[in-house]
Amino acid sequence: MSAQSSIAERFPYRIRIQKRLDNPRWLSILSPVVLVIGALIVGGVLLSIVGVSPFVAYSRIFRAAFGTPAGWLRGELYPLSDTTIKATPLLLAGLSVALAFRMQLWNIGAEGQLLIGAWAATGVALKLLSPDTPAFIMIPAMMLAAFLAGGLYGAVPGALKAWLGVNLIITTLMLNYVAAFWNNFFIYGPWSLRGFGLTPKFPRTAWLPRLTEFADQFSILRGLTAHAGILIGLAAAFILWYVLRKSKFGYEIKVIGDNPEAARYAGMNIKRNILLVMLISGGLAGLAGMGEVSGVIHIFQERISPGYGFTAIIVAWLAKLNPWGVVLVAYLFGGLLVGGDEIQPFGIVSMLNGVILFVVVGGELLLRYRVRIERSESVTQSAAAGGGQ
Amino acid sequence: MSNYLIFITTILAAGVASGTPVLFATIGELFAERAGVINLGVEGMMLMGAVTAFLVSHTLGDPWIALLVGMIVGGLMSLLHALASITLRADQVVSGLALTFVGAGLSSVIGWSLVDVRDAPRLPALDIPLLGQIPVLGQIFFQHNVIVYLGFIMVPIAWFIINRTRPGLNMRAVGEYPAAADSVGINVFRLRYLYVFVGGLLAGLAGASLSLAITPLWIDGLTAGQGWIALGLVIFAGWGPFRAAFGSYLFGAIRRLPLDLQGAPPLPLDAHLILQDPLLSYFANMLPYLFVILVLVIASGEALRKRLGAPAALGIPYIRGERGI
Repeated sequence: MSAQSSIAERFPYRIRIQKRLDNPRWLSILSPVVLVIGALIVGGVLLSIVGVSPFVAYSRIFRAAFGTPAGWLRGELYPLSDTTIKATPLLLAGLSVALAFRMQLWNIGAEGQLLIGAWAATGVALKLLSPDTPAFIMIPAMMLAAFLAGGLYGAVPGALKAWLGVNLIITTLMLNYVAAFWNNFFIYGPWSLRGFGLTPKFPRTAWLPRLTEFADQFSILRGLTAHAGILIGLAAAFILWYVLRKSKFGYEIKVIGDNPEAARYAGMNIKRNILLVMLISGGLAGLAGMGEVSGVIHIFQERISPGYGFTAIIVAWLAKLNPWGVVLVAYLFGGLLVGGDEIQPFGIVSMLNGVILFVVVGGELLLRYRVRIERSESVTQSAAAGGGQ
Repeated sequence: MSNYLIFITTILAAGVASGTPVLFATIGELFAERAGVINLGVEGMMLMGAVTAFLVSHTLGDPWIALLVGMIVGGLMSLLHALASITLRADQVVSGLALTFVGAGLSSVIGWSLVDVRDAPRLPALDIPLLGQIPVLGQIFFQHNVIVYLGFIMVPIAWFIINRTRPGLNMRAVGEYPAAADSVGINVFRLRYLYVFVGGLLAGLAGASLSLAITPLWIDGLTAGQGWIALGLVIFAGWGPFRAAFGSYLFGAIRRLPLDLQGAPPLPLDAHLILQDPLLSYFANMLPYLFVILVLVIASGEALRKRLGAPAALGIPYIRGERGI
């Protein structure tokens, strides 16, 4: 008791963490920026500990990802094109995660749903439709197959969650591994090109159009391989934003996510909504997989994703589950991936991803709470009598 | 007949060995969750434990010091999650995921130069005298790496601590009803930190036992989802150590099945040839993951029937005086 009071006398301040009553807009815009910068600093410290110069690493990443203004003036747009290529699957998978997380559905299975989407799109392109099918049938058919396959792959754990209460995090995660083995069976087995770990090349009609194909009209586009998948992603972002904001379905997702008890009393069908959200979420991730095989590599092989489905979780969270935010953050992380190819060892990007997410998660306290340093109780009591806020 | 017996004995013995790391991780997570904190970072902590232990064993040449370092690294990692989720009251799901990302990335950076190392000293194997001589049972349980026996010892100790001691009671109180625990003078925050840390130590031990004894080498992503499997097994185990052990060893046996099948004796109808078809191995490799989904479905059905469930305050940050639970 006496020890306590002596400390209080010598140092009559204490730190209090209070819940914010207001939620100022400047803070919700500023805080992600501050948090990312903070994460880069923490990541930089980690990098120097393992013997990599953070300044060299960061400047290399940035230059590879976005180019330089001088380069843009010379017509060097390929860094932006490359970043767009990586941003495309992150955007679609990020939307997938954001939708599910909005309803507190922890779908960690975007990676597996992406893989299954790629599998289904490949099946349509190589096995189901003949190579002379025109592109305007081929591409939509592949999209539909990828969406449905990814969607069903998300709906199964969704149904287990809705009707049996099975933990969604674990089931979706396990299905990621199952999907990888499933794909490998086809890649090394029935669909394999002479036993190698890849399929034959897709027919041209199954390729998503790329910028370089318009080089005859606009010579600046020559050699740029960004593909139409980004348009699918932007369209999906718009639709999702509209549905979440304007429709009854979007409203129900918000209510169920915020307060499932209230939603139940309001007569909302929670099970049906879980199933539907997981179906759409899986479908969006499936489209991301289709974009990779149909837009980028035009074959089906084992390494189609360096963990897009996992990075998508960080993307969605950093974007505060907002579809337009996902667009922005997907580009940022697309850049990080492009830049990451330039530096060794490979794990640096993955580590930075984790650090960013950590700082963002921990730093959210900044948004919901405020830290105040005030004088200790004995001192403040008299002040409180004067005017408490 | 004896051919089949040898085959089955081999499968079960391999299951006990390869289920041991996941057992450590499961028991560790069980402690954290009993205290009310879910830590999805098990995979990341295991990877960090595995890579640091392997690095230390390679450079210092002493696998026991390496084991200790792996444990401590796992424990230190877990404190990050504790800081974020207990003190900063961040979302436990996302914070745990972040820990896994950090662990996966950092372990890959640290282990970059270790992937070709094959001569790091390992933990020794030890046949228990007498017990190891018992036919069949001796082979299944008592002819293993020393680390496996640590698992045997840990399970009853964990059960005893949780169910029969005062600290165990306090831990459960903190996980079930922290406000009540707080009101009788139990320091909720300190205990949650403590048991998250214990979970981290055991996850580090799990990783280290992989890289020093069970798989003994380092490759990127060595754990292959075993941290996640531990999280599933905690639920299957109904938060109890003995069922956790059963689940872990069963998982171990299923995980090793694709390898063990290669040594299958001739079966009727040439079934062994089908089992050894290389293309079938893709499906056999799915089995451990499908197994976890299956046991989760069984466990949730059981939980519904018997009204059992997770610790009541699992995943909910405790804020003094702000809400009832």
